Amino acid sequence: MTAVPISWFLTLSAVLFVLGVAGFVFRRSVITVFMSIELMLNAVNLSFVTFSYQLKQVNGHLFAFFVMVVAAAEAAVGLAIILTVFKNRATLNIDDVDSMKN
Amino acid sequence: MDVILFLIFAVIAVVCAINVVVQTHPISSAISLVGVMGSLAVLYLLLGAEFIAAAQVIVYAGAIMVLFVFVIMLLNAGAESKRGRSLMAQLLGAPLLVALLGLLAYFVQRLYPRSASVHFGGFTHGTPLDIGRALFTTYLLPFEVTSILILIAIVGAIVLARKEMD
Amino acid sequence: MDSFIVISLIKTAVVLAALLGALLYLQWVERKVIAHIQVRPGPYRVGPHGLLQPIADVIKLLTKEDLIPPYVNKPLYLAAPFLAMTMALLSISVIPFGPTIEVAGYRTWMQLTDLNIGVLFVLAVSSMGVYGIALAGWSSNNKYALLGGLRSSAQMISYELPLSLAIAAPLLISNTLSLRTLVEKQEGSILQWNVLHGPFPQILSFIIFLIAGFAETNRVPFDLPEAENELVAGFHVEYSSMKFASFFMAEYANMITVSCMAVLLFLGGWVAPWPARYGSSYVPVAIFAGAGVVALYHGMHPGRRRDRHTLPVFGAAFLAMAAVFLLPAVQAWLLPLFWFCAKTGSVLFTFMWVRGTLPRFRYDQLMGFTWKFLFPVAVANLLVTGFLVAWFS
Repeated sequence: MTAVPISWFLTLSAVLFVLGVAGFVFRRSVITVFMSIELMLNAVNLSFVTFSYQLKQVNGHLFAFFVMVVAAAEAAVGLAIILTVFKNRATLNIDDVDSMKN
Repeated sequence: MDVILFLIFAVIAVVCAINVVVQTHPISSAISLVGVMGSLAVLYLLLGAEFIAAAQVIVYAGAIMVLFVFVIMLLNAGAESKRGRSLMAQLLGAPLLVALLGLLAYFVQRLYPRSASVHFGGFTHGTPLDIGRALFTTYLLPFEVTSILILIAIVGAIVLARKEMD
Repeated sequence: MDSFIVISLIKTAVVLAALLGALLYLQWVERKVIAHIQVRPGPYRVGPHGLLQPIADVIKLLTKEDLIPPYVNKPLYLAAPFLAMTMALLSISVIPFGPTIEVAGYRTWMQLTDLNIGVLFVLAVSSMGVYGIALAGWSSNNKYALLGGLRSSAQMISYELPLSLAIAAPLLISNTLSLRTLVEKQEGSILQWNVLHGPFPQILSFIIFLIAGFAETNRVPFDLPEAENELVAGFHVEYSSMKFASFFMAEYANMITVSCMAVLLFLGGWVAPWPARYGSSYVPVAIFAGAGVVALYHGMHPGRRRDRHTLPVFGAAFLAMAAVFLLPAVQAWLLPLFWFCAKTGSVLFTFMWVRGTLPRFRYDQLMGFTWKFLFPVAVANLLVTGFLVAWFS
């Protein structure tokens, strides 16, 4: 057997996505949370490309391309926001950015 | 041959992803994320997506992650402190995540039998020619909208990150 | 199938040996060129005309004490030169040096592998090369190294934009991303080379590519982040012996890659300036014979006593090379290889010539130059090329 079952690719995508969610929920540093979001986006890209292979169409590749572009724009703006928050609060712990609480 | 390649790079991807979540210092997480993206690029090549593999390395691993690494270096982000971790969230959350993973894996295994398989060379329409053709005919409107989106992101990032003019 | 593997392994070994030898002696050539620009002899004591100087440098670097400071981040500190070197050497695997070559009945291309996204592969590998420098600056735990590393990586990623746009313009004319097909479409004569061919001769793209290539490889005039008298030599200040040497080898390998890409994209690869039936096969013979005659003449009236022995030897070697180029058995693969190496050598000589001539840019001038001038010019160039290609097709 020299062919890889498609379900393996999709399972890998699910594993990476769940790891991304775990990082997003459990970590306190805002940069690590942001990197977990990028991990989730990568997992979804793998899903898109796998389905594109299964349906023998190139549209999945186009979707993955647009996800990459949007992730780039989001990373730029998100990191600028992180820089601004750090400049004002001098902390990268998301629990400390709570001045609007209560 | 394809199975060996898939297994090697899938294991590298999962190990690097666990590293991203587990490491305390952000720069180790960032380098591990670059490792995940590199191994995903190889998996895209296995799926016949050669342009997406090249774009993954050029755009994602070579530009976005460099931006992350720059911000970590500029902010001199230290290792994360242990304060503020909620034990209750970890006790409740971890089993739920494992249950989610089990559910997804079960349904994927049910819906896609062993016969649906991927071999290198099975999909040849991932060339830049096909991507370009689809991008400029079917997906022209999203293409133009994303270029405006990038412009907005550039302007936003510059406005947010510049020094205050006194 | 296994003849393919064996041939590929042999090709890899040959290319690796040639590349490492070229890296070693490129440093000698650079020192001699800069020395003669500055009206001084350069290295001439170690061996005839300093030809053993690179060997002496290798021995020196290998036997130096390999000091790892205790305050560095060890995994990243050790990984950074390895990463820089790997990415620099990886891009040579898609560069075609000539057309097919036939040895002992096996016919193969003078290229390690031809990807149909070859240009994207080279761009991807050069984007990953930024990590070597950024991590070297960070892991050294030294504020000068960090500043140098950050400046150098910011410069490299800023100049990747005009570089990619300058690469995209001849691709519009050639319609292919595969490096071998790119050269095959420039077959013919100098008028078919991308720099002079097409509805819009790519002269501006060539100049933009060279300028961005200077900045990508951290060469003068853009070498502020790593100059010795600025920031205490920048990101490699905490490195010693072989790790320091590998950063330098990575820089020279990047220089070779940029020159090869310039030759493949703009200067026609291995295609001779005029077709062989008009006598372009005799150009290398003429060049080598001329060099041999000059060396023999100076061997008879040498300026120094030891040149009486070494210069005639070089003269004889050059005349032997000229004779080799006349053999019809090797002309099929040696002539394209000669033209490729001659063109790459000319671009590398331009790199060294500029290093000896121009002063360096200040960092804010350098960044302002790319974002405010070079990037808009590259975009305008791409627009004009695209418009003219669409008009004339």
